[in-house]
Amino acid sequence: MAAVTPLLLLLLLSSAPSFSSGSRNAYNINGRVKIPQGLVDFAGLGTKGYALPGRMSNVKVLLNGGQNITFLRPDGYFSFHNIPAGTHLIEVSAIGYFFSPVRVDVSARNPGKVQAALTENRKGLSELVLEPLREEQYYEIREPFSIMSLLKSPMGLMVGFMLAVAFLMPKLVENMDPEEMRRAQEEMRSQGVPSLSSLLPGGTRN
Amino acid sequence: MVWESSLQGPKHSKSFLLVPTNLKFDKDNVLVVFSNGRLHAISCIDGEVLWKKDFEAESFEVQQVIQPPGSDLIYVVGFAASYQFEMYQINAKNGELLKHESASFSSGFSGEVSLVSTETVVALDSTGSILLTISFQDGKISSQQTPFSNLVEDSLGPAVIIPSPVSGIFAIKTDAVTVFIRVIGEGKLEVVEKTTHEIAVSDALSISEDQEAFALIQHASSEIHLTVKLAHDWDGNLLKESVKMDRQRGLVHKVFINNYIRTDRSYGFRVLIVMEDHSLLLLQQGEIVWSREDGLASIIDVTTSELPVERNGVSVAKVEHNLFEWLKGHMLKLKGTLMLASPEDMAAIQSMRLKSSEKSKMTRDHNGFRKLLIVLTRAGKLFALHTGDGRIVWSHLLRSLHKSEACQSPIGLNLYQWQVPHHHAMDENPSVLVVSRCGPSSDTPGVLSFVDTYTGKELSSLSLDHAVVQVIPLPYTDSTEQRLHLLINADKHAHLYPKTSEALSIFKREFLNIYWYSVEDQNGIIKGHALKCKCTGEVADEFCFDTRDLWSVVFPSESEKIVATVTRKLNEVVHTQAKVVADQDVMYKYISRNLLFVATVAPKGSGEIGSVTPEESWLVAYLIDTVTGRILHRVTHHGSQGPVHAVFSENWVVYHYFNLRAHRYEMSVIEIYDQSRADNKDVWKLVLGKHNLTSPISLFSRPEVITKSQSYFFTHSLKAIAVTSTAKGITSKQLLLGTIGDQVLALDKRFLDPRRTVNPTQAEKEEGIIPLTDSLPIIPQSYVTHALRVEGLRGIITVPAKLESTTLVFAHGVDLFFTQLAPSRTYDSLTEDFSYALLLITIVALVAAIFVTWRLSERKELQEKWR
Repeated sequence: MAAVTPLLLLLLLSSAPSFSSGSRNAYNINGRVKIPQGLVDFAGLGTKGYALPGRMSNVKVLLNGGQNITFLRPDGYFSFHNIPAGTHLIEVSAIGYFFSPVRVDVSARNPGKVQAALTENRKGLSELVLEPLREEQYYEIREPFSIMSLLKSPMGLMVGFMLAVAFLMPKLVENMDPEEMRRAQEEMRSQGVPSLSSLLPGGTRN
Repeated sequence: MVWESSLQGPKHSKSFLLVPTNLKFDKDNVLVVFSNGRLHAISCIDGEVLWKKDFEAESFEVQQVIQPPGSDLIYVVGFAASYQFEMYQINAKNGELLKHESASFSSGFSGEVSLVSTETVVALDSTGSILLTISFQDGKISSQQTPFSNLVEDSLGPAVIIPSPVSGIFAIKTDAVTVFIRVIGEGKLEVVEKTTHEIAVSDALSISEDQEAFALIQHASSEIHLTVKLAHDWDGNLLKESVKMDRQRGLVHKVFINNYIRTDRSYGFRVLIVMEDHSLLLLQQGEIVWSREDGLASIIDVTTSELPVERNGVSVAKVEHNLFEWLKGHMLKLKGTLMLASPEDMAAIQSMRLKSSEKSKMTRDHNGFRKLLIVLTRAGKLFALHTGDGRIVWSHLLRSLHKSEACQSPIGLNLYQWQVPHHHAMDENPSVLVVSRCGPSSDTPGVLSFVDTYTGKELSSLSLDHAVVQVIPLPYTDSTEQRLHLLINADKHAHLYPKTSEALSIFKREFLNIYWYSVEDQNGIIKGHALKCKCTGEVADEFCFDTRDLWSVVFPSESEKIVATVTRKLNEVVHTQAKVVADQDVMYKYISRNLLFVATVAPKGSGEIGSVTPEESWLVAYLIDTVTGRILHRVTHHGSQGPVHAVFSENWVVYHYFNLRAHRYEMSVIEIYDQSRADNKDVWKLVLGKHNLTSPISLFSRPEVITKSQSYFFTHSLKAIAVTSTAKGITSKQLLLGTIGDQVLALDKRFLDPRRTVNPTQAEKEEGIIPLTDSLPIIPQSYVTHALRVEGLRGIITVPAKLESTTLVFAHGVDLFFTQLAPSRTYDSLTEDFSYALLLITIVALVAAIFVTWRLSERKELQEKWR
């Protein structure tokens, strides 16, 4: 156990893709959280392509549903100490990003060997570098007021249709042949007032 | 975070941290840490362990780690086998052991030691009446004994050493007095001050090269006296102030001191104090500069109370009390609208708006959005928070939760609504019942206190002669709307409160209809109980009743361990029992107040995730009827383990657990339907009255029920789970999930519908059934907390508003969060951003258009007639 911590630090400082180091039945899990700089900022804070230093310090890394909690170093690295061998779950809590929980297998048989896989999409990780799957926008973007949206609403469509009927129908009637018009009017007169029987289905047959 | 270093050691022990000011190691400051029975020197720059030293001796308990300034030595002193004093001298550069001395004292030691100087410690012997002064100058141990009664004549009872940070002085506290004692030279002791007040002492603060100051706070009845003294000069006070202190804050628990240099180059002091109610106050120049109610970070229980009804003629919010103020306010507002206001004016306008806004009024509103949240904190203080703006309306440090002779370490347990006046008892103020007990174990006597929720006054308090194991609010109230409560004690006797004859007569009437259950987690037993008869003790007490066991469910301890039990909320309202499903069919929900959800796991799997393999872990969910003890449903999830978070509502239960095989969290839903009413579908039967809808339901008849269940993956760990509740139960439900990231996610219940299928039919789609997916979606917009975090989230409470569409949500942890939710949107009211102006303009435009067209048509008609 004596050499663990210096070794650990050494590994971290050289930023080697290290997973675990340990002895006997307690192991360490080391990893890194990487938030891509190019991603758009969350909740309108900060500017594009520029990771705020405060944002990294607000990130929490949780082991097994809050059994151990750790924070990130400025370079994004984290480590859990004294973890027994077995299968563990690492979750990253960062406002504005969606991280998949990570399944981490700490092997007792060959110390130092750790396997990791994202639980959301079952993708294996060759090294414990956690990146957000996607960003989270917590606010709905308010639609700006526009004439088009007003027209597209059911009320707008109804009004539009009414206007169309009111202005276009007389035009249609005007263009009709006067002969045809007279014939249609006569037909209407001969039928008289439409009776209830004619409206019922089958009523016209007899 | 710059670095992190974990320290291992051979055994568990007390931890000490020492930050030497002048100990350098290659231009690097060194931290000396004692933990787990091992002494470490750690580099400040990268956290590297420079050297370490084990203390092998068995039963060696380290009491102090000392580093005399200006030397390269470290002293580690402690007790071995409770009568041996041990001293180790260590080279601070390399951890080499230079000297080890020990001396034994036949009378033994008790409690802590106090460091008087860098080479002298003071301890009390095992009887607590003799003071031992031990010095270890130059590595040699010499000691002196002084009986405590030599110093103080009227010493009473055993004494305790208060670790005093000031060199040369230590404090000893007995029941009645606190004595400050100075050590002069070779083990001679001298009393410097004796006080009967409650005191608190700060750490020493070095203000110049050789001067150290410390703060001392003494309690008088309604004020506290603050004195700042120099360490070597007890009688000379640097500062003496008296500050008026609110009684509701209790005693001063801790003091911290800081200094600054005034403009006249003299020293000024700021004092930060921590009070009994866990509030923080900063004192400077005899005044409280600011205060923080940090007790609100440790909420135990929450309940709500209605606000007073607005009465005619009495204006509660007197914002504009005179004409001048009124004019000034309107001038400000005018300035604001004309964009002439300065930032200060804007702030004034804002605060005025807040004051006069509907949200923060102290009266009941029509929609029931304004309420008081009554919260009980761990410090034993009761707060009333206004839901409009979160301000503290009143706070009250419960007298019954004060330490006293009879009650050594009182702790608050729960809050219950004691009296909720409506209808005929409108003139009474509502009150809450605070149940607490005198110690950590459940057989210590309980204390009840009743607090008025409008004023925050403690109406009365009762010290009970029995313990409180379980409190059952009964669904009956007396003529003043006081709710009847049944308190079960450790001997399974039931006590009825309030102790009035009226309550007793109501209770007698319902005597045979009262059932309850108890859960014994340790033994894995769930028992059902009912009342038997009056107590058969020596003392006649007509409010005490014997109970009998009705049934018990025993879980085999080798395979199952109870991890969660959940029932429906008592005040939940269900709108309709029938549920119309696709193709015009009806299903009847099995709605019973007496359903209990129990989750058990394999004993091996009750530990943390990763400690078991999927083969040896399982989770069993039960639905148990608490009147008959009948198990209505049982389902086993193989390869799953806790922690289980569950919520029960209407006829369904949703629970969250960990699936070890998939290594993901899962959420399951169980819905339970009543089959005995399923044949009531025929219209003719209903018309002819041949249905059984009005036949009484008895839990003793075997219910014909069917259950439907389904499971889904869920991404996050949960900390809390709740369900929205509305006034009439019509609005669809949302689950509120407190995730591990301290956010609250609202998830529609429709996602947890066991009738979801991969390809729903057209009819099912119309009904609103979502196609089945293997995991529940997390839509960022449905986070109730948006981009905020409720740090250290512990609980979520939902309260219905009067408006059916809306529910009030209160989430508490270190932070508090309150919001209104409308699970099916606000269908019964207009949204806040509804544009009344647009509505008015439209109406006006329509009226104008009618007039214009009327005139136009009239004119046209006239023209036609003239033609």
